[in-house]
Amino acid sequence: MNRAVPLLDVQNLTKHFDISGGFLEQLRLENMRINLKKTIVHALNDVSLSIFSGETFSVVGESGCGKSTLGRAVLGLYPIDGGQIFYLGKRIDSKNSRQMLPYRRKMQMVFQDPYASLNPRMKVEQTLMEPMLFHNPGISAAQAKERVSEVMEQVGVDPSWASRYPHEFSGGQRQRISIARALMVEPEFIVADEPISALDVSIQAQILNLFMDAQEDRGLTYMFITHDMSVVKHISTRVAVMYLGTICELAKTEELFSHPRHPYTKALLSAIPVLGTKKADHIKLKGEVPTPIELPSGCVFHNRCPYAFDRCSAEIPGMAEYDSGRLIACHGVEEGKI
Amino acid sequence: MEHLLELEEVVVRFALRFGDLTAVDGVSFSLNPGERMGLVGESGAGKSVTGFSIIDLISKPGYIASGRILFEGKDLAHLSEEEMRIIRGNRISMIFQDPMMTLNPVLTIGTQMVETLQAHMDISEEEAGRIALEKLRKVHIPSPEKRLDQYPHEFSGGMRQRIVIAIALLTDPSLIIADEPTTALDVTIQAEILDLLLELCKSEKTGLILITHDLAVVSQITQKIAVMYAGKIVEMGDTGTIISDPKHPYTQGLINALPGSDHLGKRLNQIPGMMPSLFSIPPGCSFHPRCPLRMDVCEKHVPPFTYYEKYNRSVACYLMDQDSKEDL
Repeated sequence: MNRAVPLLDVQNLTKHFDISGGFLEQLRLENMRINLKKTIVHALNDVSLSIFSGETFSVVGESGCGKSTLGRAVLGLYPIDGGQIFYLGKRIDSKNSRQMLPYRRKMQMVFQDPYASLNPRMKVEQTLMEPMLFHNPGISAAQAKERVSEVMEQVGVDPSWASRYPHEFSGGQRQRISIARALMVEPEFIVADEPISALDVSIQAQILNLFMDAQEDRGLTYMFITHDMSVVKHISTRVAVMYLGTICELAKTEELFSHPRHPYTKALLSAIPVLGTKKADHIKLKGEVPTPIELPSGCVFHNRCPYAFDRCSAEIPGMAEYDSGRLIACHGVEEGKI
Repeated sequence: MEHLLELEEVVVRFALRFGDLTAVDGVSFSLNPGERMGLVGESGAGKSVTGFSIIDLISKPGYIASGRILFEGKDLAHLSEEEMRIIRGNRISMIFQDPMMTLNPVLTIGTQMVETLQAHMDISEEEAGRIALEKLRKVHIPSPEKRLDQYPHEFSGGMRQRIVIAIALLTDPSLIIADEPTTALDVTIQAEILDLLLELCKSEKTGLILITHDLAVVSQITQKIAVMYAGKIVEMGDTGTIISDPKHPYTQGLINALPGSDHLGKRLNQIPGMMPSLFSIPPGCSFHPRCPLRMDVCEKHVPPFTYYEKYNRSVACYLMDQDSKEDL
């Protein structure tokens, strides 16, 4: 594996959300006594990963696994509760908003819903110009306009439509505009949170192509958050599989798909419907995903895992490195049982 | 064998201030008893409206303009509301995408199931409760006795969809129409729900119309597939044959656009442009502006939906005639 300084390095990231509400909502009656009890959602627990320059790093998992929280925490959109985030070796999680500015220009985000992520009262031109004017205050109006048409051209939206409003565009066109907005400030790193999930199949291919083209032209690095495994398989360099706020397996894409090793990865991959195959037997998991409010003890997956043994419910498995840099957090794999 | 369901040239229009909008434009297909069929297309293709037209769920300003819908030999288009109610939810059940929207949040599962049964059958509450319990067991809900007294919010998304399926099964229908039943679910749950649908359709000999945008989902549990584009079926036939050897350029485009195992990391074969809005359907074949193989004739004339015995399917495309001629 590349031992150079990673573009983005996340170490032991922890993020909790306190959803207990006001004082009255925290009151609980337990054993005839009134107690105050906080309700904490453990969204991310001890997550570590490194993303190298030029990679497409995918984060996959089912709803509620914390993949979107991870993307937002990395960009500093949420304050974090533990751990460290480094961008090219410089720690960024402890910076104040002024110190953070140069990094914000380098790190951009594309959201899932192109209907919600564009301001309906702003013309496309205004939407695209805003981040650029903010980060380059000295730029002249003519230069800015030129830059807007240039980027619109690149993402495949007719520049003569710059003075239209978002509602005049289709979903696919809007997602192109959100990508253009991210590209306006010449970023190095883009977090894309389910950027094609809201789009139709034929449009999904167009947007994925746009992502791949932009990466080739500009040497971008992506963190691609999605639940669609066939998309992940197609575009990513490496994949991290998340379950209930922790990473259970992180590996190169071909290796993960050809030999999944963590029991959850196995189950997840076996459930993907494959075009043109009759329904094959998939690995059935017991029960359902537990709530992140009361995490299971030990390995978060132990109560659904077909291979679980005593140690799994007692001890949290750490990430251990296996052949060709694959990281797995599983006692069974570590002891050679799986 | 008599068909379970037969649609003949069904046209659904929406009456708007400035004129009528055609959402479904002459759709014909038939389904045998116990047969599972997939209705595939992108948003706006008219697949849901087609599904709704069967059980007369098209609300104003929509209406069925022409065509016949025969179900178990009866023409549904000419039934009174009273007669329709005997069929809808009884002989034909519907499963929707979002189980939280389908279930009533303020009633327990048991109440909702008993109500449904009593609306369709003249039976006692005890008898209805017994049937409800039996159906919950069928959809593999753990400890169903306890679950009957719970409210929808106490169930997870996958469990709720199981309950919706149990409700759809209450009256032992001969046809289930499922509109994107797994789209809102995670992939591991989706796999379980598809398993369940397949198992139930086989054991109960129920016909299934699965409406979805996901070709992979359709290919797993259906025997027959109809691909819709801009209100028309463009290709229909055996699922395996169509997926492995699509003939219509739109079906080909859809399948090629899917990120698959070949050419990983390379650009995907995209279909240029987008589905036309119903307000401005192009003349001739509605796919021609996006079609890489279009000919002059496609811009002027609508290709007829024709059965080709050689390919064991029906296709609406002028290229097929060329193909056949060349082969002769």
